[in-house]
Amino acid sequence: MRRIWNPGVQEWFGRILIFSWIPGFLIFSASASEQVQIGSKKFTESYVLGEIAKRTLTDAGISAEHRQGMGGTIILWEALRSGQIDVYPEYTGTITQEILKRSDELTFEQIANELGKAGIGMTEPLGFNNTYALVMLRSRAGELGLHTITDLKNHPELKFGLTHEFLDRQDGWRPLAQHYQLNPQNVIGIDHALGYGALGKGSVDVKDAYSTDAKISENDLVVLEDDRQFFPQYKAVFLFRYALPTPAIEALRKLEGTIKEAKMTRLNAEAERTKNYTRAANLYFEDSSGSTRLRQGYGVASNTFGETFPHKLARWTARHLELAAFSLLLSVLVGIPLGIFASRGGAIGHAILGFAGIVQTIPSLALLALLVPLPFFGISVRTAIAALFLYGLLPIVRNTATGLQDIPRALRESAIALGLSPAARLWQIHLPMASRSILAGIKTSAVINVGTATLAALIGAGGLGEPILSGLNLNDHATILQGAIPAAILALLVQSLFDLLDRVLIPKGLRL
Amino acid sequence: MDRWRALVWRFLFHRGKLAAVSALVQLVGVSKTFGDAAAVHAIDLSVERGKTTVLIGPSGCGKSTLLRLIIGLLQPDSGQIQFDGTQLRADKIDIVRRHVGYVIQEGGLFPHLTARGNILLMARHLGRPKNEMLARLSELCALTRFPENLLGRYPLELSGGQRQRVSLMRALMLSPELLLLDEPLGALDPLVRAALQKDLKEIFARLRQTALLVTHDLAEAAYLGDEIVLVNEGRIVQQGSLADLREKPASSFVSEFINAQRSLAVI
Repeated sequence: MRRIWNPGVQEWFGRILIFSWIPGFLIFSASASEQVQIGSKKFTESYVLGEIAKRTLTDAGISAEHRQGMGGTIILWEALRSGQIDVYPEYTGTITQEILKRSDELTFEQIANELGKAGIGMTEPLGFNNTYALVMLRSRAGELGLHTITDLKNHPELKFGLTHEFLDRQDGWRPLAQHYQLNPQNVIGIDHALGYGALGKGSVDVKDAYSTDAKISENDLVVLEDDRQFFPQYKAVFLFRYALPTPAIEALRKLEGTIKEAKMTRLNAEAERTKNYTRAANLYFEDSSGSTRLRQGYGVASNTFGETFPHKLARWTARHLELAAFSLLLSVLVGIPLGIFASRGGAIGHAILGFAGIVQTIPSLALLALLVPLPFFGISVRTAIAALFLYGLLPIVRNTATGLQDIPRALRESAIALGLSPAARLWQIHLPMASRSILAGIKTSAVINVGTATLAALIGAGGLGEPILSGLNLNDHATILQGAIPAAILALLVQSLFDLLDRVLIPKGLRL
Repeated sequence: MDRWRALVWRFLFHRGKLAAVSALVQLVGVSKTFGDAAAVHAIDLSVERGKTTVLIGPSGCGKSTLLRLIIGLLQPDSGQIQFDGTQLRADKIDIVRRHVGYVIQEGGLFPHLTARGNILLMARHLGRPKNEMLARLSELCALTRFPENLLGRYPLELSGGQRQRVSLMRALMLSPELLLLDEPLGALDPLVRAALQKDLKEIFARLRQTALLVTHDLAEAAYLGDEIVLVNEGRIVQQGSLADLREKPASSFVSEFINAQRSLAVI
């Protein structure tokens, strides 16, 4: 009489719950509201300025958190306006063109007034003008005798590799080409850091750059002179919320006029050389007054500075798993019921499958950008989990629906004819019989989630995307691989974990 | 437990009834049409208590549809289906189903459950006591000549004949008043089929089981049935014993149908 009692529904469902909760660390990282939240854009200089702001505030006794590399201008602006961040470094030209959407050049006071209407304050310029510039290899420019942007007119055969942002900006490529009457045959969009590699290999001839970019001297590039004054002024400032406590604003204002072009270029170079933004930011304080130098080495430095690689890897992986696992859990809890509804066909069923299908076609980056301005989400782990959850939905919904629809009619009718209640039919007959298909859907979602979770770093949610992003930014393959290899291994592990789970969860009678 | 069951049965079907009715199931003018195939038209049929009634006819004639109407998988367009003189009510159908066993051609066994799991499924759902269920299980194994050591096997690990025996046990588990069998032996090879026919006949006799069997095999109908009902194109053509059908055919179709299934001995 061994094993007379087969596992009933409760046990079967229990198993699902248990495996769903395997990651015991699913705690939303609640950020303390007392902390000043500093944002930065996804490029070296913005990272360094963010670190400088953090150190300045910390030194003034104000607790601050720096959420690095959160994306582009609009994401940061929306985050600032809605109060998800309190401070971030910005440039006057960008404010005029991208935030205020003005095509004319505004005076500094006009800009400050306009921002004031949105409840946002602006420091005086920090001291350097980081304008856009077009750069070429020194040797290539010399060969062709190019010195100014006007000179490019005579060489339409040159290949332009421009960042996506520059291609789309109101003060970017199209008006520039119009202004200088350039008509090159070959213009492609390429990531900023990758573009430097392309310049070096000769696959592109001209690219856009920032005038304080450390890469310019590092790669022996020349800046083509803006001889017809197209590029507006891009003076660096900090934008902050008026709601910020006065001591914090005062501390930030101490940075005004203290960073000249040469210094910024040096800090950028230091950041790219050491791959450590905190250390580059500390260099700013070392160069400044003696009193600051004395304080160097405590506070901020303990955060990322000096963290060993295994420790960092563990932190990234834990966060990565947290993102993937929590979103998968949500996908399972929502996807299976939706799949059950969808399996019944009809208008609602089609609508559910259609919705899940449409979500899947939205590029992940676009989905993140769409979620960020929404009130509950913003720049947070929540947003990353929500996006991953939506992506994980389709395979689970579709596989649940198909699995249920594939149950032969004769068996459905047998269950009815026995007199089982609808709930008992679902739990004891339909779901176990569809379990193979449902689990296959969950497995697909899990692998997709582990892969897509790398994008969470774009909105500062961390994970293994962090080294991938900063590696892309620094054009450093080793750093990219630090994230890419563990992510790939993780995907394989998740795959095999689910292969094992199949054996536990799919009833034996279906595996014969 | 039997007393409890009898009480429910009384409550459902004998309310206010004084006279005993000999027909357990009565179909009065039952019609069901859908698309074109397997429809039934104005069927009157009685299933007598303790007897085996066989529905026979060419495929698509509507005989399976009648079983599906009785078990409530289909609702009639018009007409009445009565159990024990009381009309079948849609909201009580699940309770009625517990008093009706249903066996189909491929067994309808759930592949994720063992033979035991299939047989006990409904009893467990109703929370019947363990030892009562196990006693009944042994009883059924003996009755259907199914080896008890195979109870732990999954349907896919059983032969076709064994599967039908399990299916029969599942249908008999709750001691149903009525057993519906829809071509239960249709997919089996001749030897297994003959053995099962013999066993079925014994089981029906021993349990005094009221049964309604669908088949297209006249020999099977004659062997198992007390009453043969010949159906064609959704209508009852003739009802009676095989001798009645053979000697007093109601129409040329009846003769044609009987002649088409002549046995080897006749050839």
